[in-house]
Amino acid sequence: MFDYMTLRLIWWAILGLLLVGFAVFDGFDLGVAMLHPFVAKKDVERRVLINAIGPVWEGNQVWFILGGGAVFAAWPPLYAASFSGFYLAMLLVLLGLILRPVSITFRSKREEPRWRATWDWLFFVSGALPSLLFGVAFGNLFLGVPYHYDQWLRLIYEGGLLGLLRPFALLCGLVSVTMLVMQGASWLAGKSEGEISERARRAGAVAALLLVIEFIAAGLWIATGIEGYRIETEIAYNGPSTPFGKEVMIGAGEWLLNYARQPFAALAPLAGLLGAIGASILLATGSRLAILASSVSIAGVVATAGFSLFPFLMPSSSHPGQSLTVWDASSSQSTLGLMLVAVIFFLPIILAYTSWVYWVLRGPVTEAAIERGDDHYY
Amino acid sequence: MFELDVVSLSRLQFALTALYHFLFVPLTLGLALLLAIMESVYVMTGREVWREAVKFWGALFGINFVMGVATGVTMEFQFGTNWAYYSHYVGDVFGTPLAIEGLMAFFLEATFVGLFFFGWKRLTKVQHLVVTWLVALGSNFSALWILVANAWMSNPVGAVFNPQTMRMEVTSFKEVLFNPVAQSKFVHTVSAGYVTGSMFVMSIAAYYILRKRHVEIARRSLTVAASFGLASALSVVVLGDESGYTTGESQKMKIAAIEAMWETEPAPASFTLFGLPDLKSETTKYAIEIPYVLGIIATRSLDKEVEGIKPLVLHAEERIRNGLPGYKWISEQGGRPNVVVPAALEGSMRDLGYALLLKRIRPDIENATREEIVEAAHSVVPDVPVLFWSFRIMVALGFYFIALFGVAFYLSSRRRCGAPWFLKMTMFSLPLPWIAAELGWIVAEYGRQPWIIDGVMPTFLGVSDVPASNVAASLAAFVLFYTALAVVDVALLVKYIRKGPHVPESGPTPQPRAGALPVAAE
Repeated sequence: MFDYMTLRLIWWAILGLLLVGFAVFDGFDLGVAMLHPFVAKKDVERRVLINAIGPVWEGNQVWFILGGGAVFAAWPPLYAASFSGFYLAMLLVLLGLILRPVSITFRSKREEPRWRATWDWLFFVSGALPSLLFGVAFGNLFLGVPYHYDQWLRLIYEGGLLGLLRPFALLCGLVSVTMLVMQGASWLAGKSEGEISERARRAGAVAALLLVIEFIAAGLWIATGIEGYRIETEIAYNGPSTPFGKEVMIGAGEWLLNYARQPFAALAPLAGLLGAIGASILLATGSRLAILASSVSIAGVVATAGFSLFPFLMPSSSHPGQSLTVWDASSSQSTLGLMLVAVIFFLPIILAYTSWVYWVLRGPVTEAAIERGDDHYY
Repeated sequence: MFELDVVSLSRLQFALTALYHFLFVPLTLGLALLLAIMESVYVMTGREVWREAVKFWGALFGINFVMGVATGVTMEFQFGTNWAYYSHYVGDVFGTPLAIEGLMAFFLEATFVGLFFFGWKRLTKVQHLVVTWLVALGSNFSALWILVANAWMSNPVGAVFNPQTMRMEVTSFKEVLFNPVAQSKFVHTVSAGYVTGSMFVMSIAAYYILRKRHVEIARRSLTVAASFGLASALSVVVLGDESGYTTGESQKMKIAAIEAMWETEPAPASFTLFGLPDLKSETTKYAIEIPYVLGIIATRSLDKEVEGIKPLVLHAEERIRNGLPGYKWISEQGGRPNVVVPAALEGSMRDLGYALLLKRIRPDIENATREEIVEAAHSVVPDVPVLFWSFRIMVALGFYFIALFGVAFYLSSRRRCGAPWFLKMTMFSLPLPWIAAELGWIVAEYGRQPWIIDGVMPTFLGVSDVPASNVAASLAAFVLFYTALAVVDVALLVKYIRKGPHVPESGPTPQPRAGALPVAAE
């Protein structure tokens, strides 16, 4: 069907698509969880927030699960290296992801204020922890991760949890948190009424402006303070997947080279900035379209990270030559081909029924409906 | 028994999280289908009582489902966090069914489960029914793909080792998908889920009938659960036998260990009903045997023999020796791109996994002594007494379920609910399907040891290079977390069961006569 090189490129694009899908859809769930203690004051308001994502968070989380499955299948060395390399960070993400569904489902099943307060707090943690750590993990990709391989391609990791918490990575964590708060607020603005909606708008407009500042700061930091990676030797685009047999050099400004080579790539950071500015304005003026602008911004930010790193997936700081790239960390050609067929077949179906479900569930969640107990409400 | 090294801790963590996840999965599978059946009856008859039944069991389904989702996320990512070398070595084959599970099944299930709860007023009756069926369909598809992946660990077909990339790569996805072990495991596992769901509904219904509460909904639910449960329990046993046959074909050691059969018996082999397997003397004491039965289960014939543990160990020794030249050659290539396996070594490559067994004993396995090879060969024997007993208890429970559902089905078809003692027995049988399911997991997965991928990769080799302290910390975190959640989950289920369904608005609940209950023609 396609040659190996093309398939690898397509799968790199699909990886990006899944990340964007995750950040856009699951992003507003995570954002709502983070906004929960600040936007909602009374019990019924908290229930409005939870029910604004109540019917859809399960479907949204599948973007993450599918992303994990796709990386496992299409980029097994990346799956192995990132999850074991970021072991304790991943553990914390997982604990967050376990906490979220249970706090949504369990919270309203008992009346006691202490019960509800406990789950409220855990719900906040379930949003904040993964949001921050995803960003930190991405930041570490730019900085390089200390690992290498032995002769049998066993991965040897040389860092620890605290090693991940470097200043630039923390800034990326902040970008991620702010971005998802913006997304959650934009969702809430359209999914609630009255005071809740207004508080969400204010919080979202501020978050969107903060995102613009942080995003620019991260860009400047990359341009001036962080060294990027470049493959020196000739690349075997169609070669077997092995991290051996190439040389990689590290130098200032390398992460920006792709924008010089392919100027259209600059559309990504532009979309990230303009989307956030747009979201901020739309939130301030009370438009329900803020969620669209915010989603464009998210897609731009994720694409910016992908375009900057390309063709690297996970650079090795201790043994740069063994860094994982698009050309040497993929599955076999037949696996990539087969899974592409599966994606082409199923993704449109998924998008179709997901749109239908959102259409059925359209309209704001009101305090009155929850107090009436009309239908199933958390 | 366990040393606190990375391998043991990772295994313990995987086993604990998998067994815990598997508390929720069978119930999800069974309840989803029961909900769909009950709602179909509602749509066909238009009687509100069925709608209330669906809503009531649906609320319990929701509490259980969310735990399944929460614990499932951990399972998927543990391959990467704790089994990094495994993930690298087999991701090309093993990752695909997981990805397709997400695409085909999990999206379906998770997207529509929200609508199941929130869509009662927004959808027409038929639309909502379709949504419920899609949830049930999604959870069954999910089981299919996860078991395709799982079965490949027991019977790794359709893939070969590629020395250029130092990993297993797909040669035929069709073989992976139509793996006979996957097919039989799938039907066996989902029927076990249906039994679990049916027992759950039937036990709680029996409790209500005993208490004379919510009788309208309870007796209807009991009828549905008894008939569905009987069909499922029958198929669990029949298909479990099919599973035994495919295991006999592909995993001779597992069968031999389940049977505690040390020597090869002349055909047809007999089935050991009872006995005390002894690892040291390699014999089974006080064995009570039923002639012919094992031969029929494992080979579907009376003239093929079933191999015993000792000859299989000798066979393993041979394969270890055979795999060593391939290992030596690969080590010399060192992951260099564009190497091609010499024809003379192709046979040796097939036994590479066996040679890797030596890695636990010494790193430079090329220089292993005769004694070390014998020691490695003996390591292919799984924990015989554990398998022997897990299997027997599981099978006994299987037959018990057939009897229990059979009686319940007979009674409910005669429009009776049975004597109080029978209802009590039904009520207290509630935990049994879970015990059977967990034991089944132990037979299948613990019985695969020492292999993470049978004959291809030993378990100890698959772990990540992470400090033992990290794994110990995560294990402790999971145990604490999961225990707390289990307590909350059970407490909530109990609360909802105590509260019971809404009383339907269509007329008061009729007072039942003791022991006999009329079932309306519906």
